[in-house]
Amino acid sequence: MRKFLKLPFADLIFALISFSAAFTVLTLIFSTIYVLYDESSLAIHKFGILNFLFNVDWDPVNEIFGAASSLYGTFVTTVFSLMIAIPVSIGIAIFLSEISPHLMKTPVGIAIEMLAAIPSIIYGMWGLFTLAPIMANYIEPTLQSIFGDIPIIGKLFEGTPMGIDLFTASIILSIMITPFIASISRDSFNLTPNIVKESAYALGATHWEVIRDIVIPYAKLGVYGGIVLALGRALGETMAVAFVLGNNHQITPSLFEAAATITVTLANEFTEADTDIYLSSLFYLALILFVLSFVILAAAKFFLLKAEKGYSR
Amino acid sequence: MSQNLKMQVKDFYFYYAGTKEPALKNINMPVYENQVTALIGPSGCGKTTLLRSFNRMHDLYHGNKYKGEILLDGENILSENTDLIELRSKVGMVFQKPTPFPMSIFDNIAYGLRLRGIKNKSELQDRVEKALKQAALWEEVKDRLNEPASGMSGGQQQRLVIARALAVEPEVLLFDEPTSALDPISTAKIEELVVSLRDTVTIIIVTHNMQQAARVSDYTAFMYLGELIEFDKTDIIFTSPKKKLTEDYVSGRFG
Amino acid sequence: MIYNPNIVKRRKIRGFIALLLSTLAAGLGLFWLGFILFDVLRHGLTAINLDFFLEDPAPPGVPGGGLRNAFVGQLLITLFATIIGVPIGLLAGTFIAEYARGTKFAKVISILSDIMVSVPSIVVGTFIYAIMVMPVGHFNGWAGAAALAFIMIPVVLRTTEDMLSLVPWTLREAAFALGASYFKVIKDIVYRAAITGILTGIILSIARVAGETAPLLFTSFNNSFFTLNMNEPMSSLTVTIFVYAMGPYEDWHEKAWAAAFVITFFILIVTILSRSIIYWKYKSKS
Repeated sequence: MRKFLKLPFADLIFALISFSAAFTVLTLIFSTIYVLYDESSLAIHKFGILNFLFNVDWDPVNEIFGAASSLYGTFVTTVFSLMIAIPVSIGIAIFLSEISPHLMKTPVGIAIEMLAAIPSIIYGMWGLFTLAPIMANYIEPTLQSIFGDIPIIGKLFEGTPMGIDLFTASIILSIMITPFIASISRDSFNLTPNIVKESAYALGATHWEVIRDIVIPYAKLGVYGGIVLALGRALGETMAVAFVLGNNHQITPSLFEAAATITVTLANEFTEADTDIYLSSLFYLALILFVLSFVILAAAKFFLLKAEKGYSR
Repeated sequence: MSQNLKMQVKDFYFYYAGTKEPALKNINMPVYENQVTALIGPSGCGKTTLLRSFNRMHDLYHGNKYKGEILLDGENILSENTDLIELRSKVGMVFQKPTPFPMSIFDNIAYGLRLRGIKNKSELQDRVEKALKQAALWEEVKDRLNEPASGMSGGQQQRLVIARALAVEPEVLLFDEPTSALDPISTAKIEELVVSLRDTVTIIIVTHNMQQAARVSDYTAFMYLGELIEFDKTDIIFTSPKKKLTEDYVSGRFG
Repeated sequence: MIYNPNIVKRRKIRGFIALLLSTLAAGLGLFWLGFILFDVLRHGLTAINLDFFLEDPAPPGVPGGGLRNAFVGQLLITLFATIIGVPIGLLAGTFIAEYARGTKFAKVISILSDIMVSVPSIVVGTFIYAIMVMPVGHFNGWAGAAALAFIMIPVVLRTTEDMLSLVPWTLREAAFALGASYFKVIKDIVYRAAITGILTGIILSIARVAGETAPLLFTSFNNSFFTLNMNEPMSSLTVTIFVYAMGPYEDWHEKAWAAAFVITFFILIVTILSRSIIYWKYKSKS
């Protein structure tokens, strides 16, 4: 056996095996697209593309399906969670990179990464049993009393606050994606060359001015990459949202209403689908989600690669 | 011989964070107004450490300690009451590598001005033009002020940085080996510039290139292992130094 | 000089507020972490006893019983996912870091893997459902393992690639100069140099999939009974948490918290340990 390994032939075999392993990445991606497309073809033929995307109906009884209500929930939770997460995460990144005393950097950094390691189902459970009641009993009624009567904005806060709604789901999602934006941003901030920062200090800039005018612009691309990556993650998140969203296929302007996302729809209904067209429509949703995430994650990677190139100038 | 004393270093010691041995020992040195003072010496002698004390750059890094006094117009800048922003408005700095900010040429020069609250567009334009002319860069960039500064050559970028420092009208300008990253032609231009700025600002320049010190400076301080060995007019240091160590260094016997 | 003390004062105040807000943001992050962990601890510890690990579930609505089937199921599924996913990821990462180093192919695979790492795991579940559940006619443990393997492969590939790239080229050159073939160089020199990093990457990938629920929802599904048969639907801790937490029984809720506690505890310990090892070994950059 040892003699066999001495031959360069062993090299060939190993290279071939490892090449096939590398090739599986391509295989997996393409087969996923193909299989999902294949399974959705029934629904695609029945509903078309634009019609499916914009149809608000989701009616298993009458076998009329449309993606709009699920897309709406996906869109709202993602956007709203980003709105909350981005400023908080950048704040955390600034703290870790510029403010924190040296000894605190590692433990706080690890703590933030622990947030990322917690499985999403734990977030979901915690959301259901702890956060939702707090939302229903304290936070949402308060928000309603403050903003409820203002025209237009008041519409966001209508309805009976039950805690199982877009608002709670978005908050949980924002906590989940914070570590992604925070650690990528922190890493980007740390790459600002000291000598450029010192030049700004030498001009009499304050600490905050150096961060605002030098560090953050320098790290722009990396921060964008982190944000788009978080967007991609938020899009595909299931368990954190499934517990507190309610899976109600409706489109309402209020944040205090239950709704549905593609992921939650799949989680709740996939095993219940009793007709071919029902299952096919669910596969159709999965296909849309896959393509959407893929494109967004590719954009994130684009930003991050460009950022890397910029630093090795 | 009636030189005004712009800055004075008195019994100055400096300790880097976490070290027991001082990096700078017992420095006593004058800096004369509107003159170019060069700090020379072999690697590790402390010349950059001393330079960075003049605008308290060391304060950026936790744990560094100053001992003694450095007087600027008679006042000690090392005191706890010193406002660092005020200090750095009087004392500017140019670094070893050109450090343009990620913005346009105009915005680079205007940066220090905008920080200080100057918003009026025409005032900014006048001041930017004046600074660029002082740095002998105006003719080359006057038509592309809105282009990113990163597009300029190394020599141009360094002159940009000098213009940026000049725009806020400092009284003292510190140069930390400003030509070490530049080609000979750009180096010559910068040296010309340094000499021409003498009437406007007081200049202290660190250089590892002895000939450069001989070319541009009026006074020279020779340092070795953290101590000031000799300080005198440049002619004397280079032609008839008083200490043997100085003579050995300037004649190239070590370095 | 240009110096206006009023403006300077305003700048300093603005800066102070901005830095204060950043610090509060960090505090907020720590607050959420503490809050969630505290809750999991508080609810989970109360329901844990020996029965929890040793007994199978009682009939719905009847208190008592445990989650032995879920523990064993989770272990089996994760075990087989590792057996399938790790070798593929390891070999693939080796290929693009060694034989195909610098080629466009390597770049493409690396970028695609990065994307795959973040692809919605529920979509992975639907894909595996179509190819491994539908043809067989029923949910099965193998499908669950395959879904988790799908996720593990790109994770292991990327960490292997990163760790192998950290090994300096000169090390390989020295071995080549002695007349060794590339395969030998990889096997004896490069792997040995990178082994800590690679192993920790593998452990981290296991921790990652151990907490996944969505990919198991329609592959291994769930099973209220104890089974070692991978051809049948198999229960897992994560899916059980989902079912129990959404269910109507208080007893189920308690058990869900207990299971959540066990998983969280396990994953956090593993994550912290692995990252500490990586930090100490590669001190300058992580």
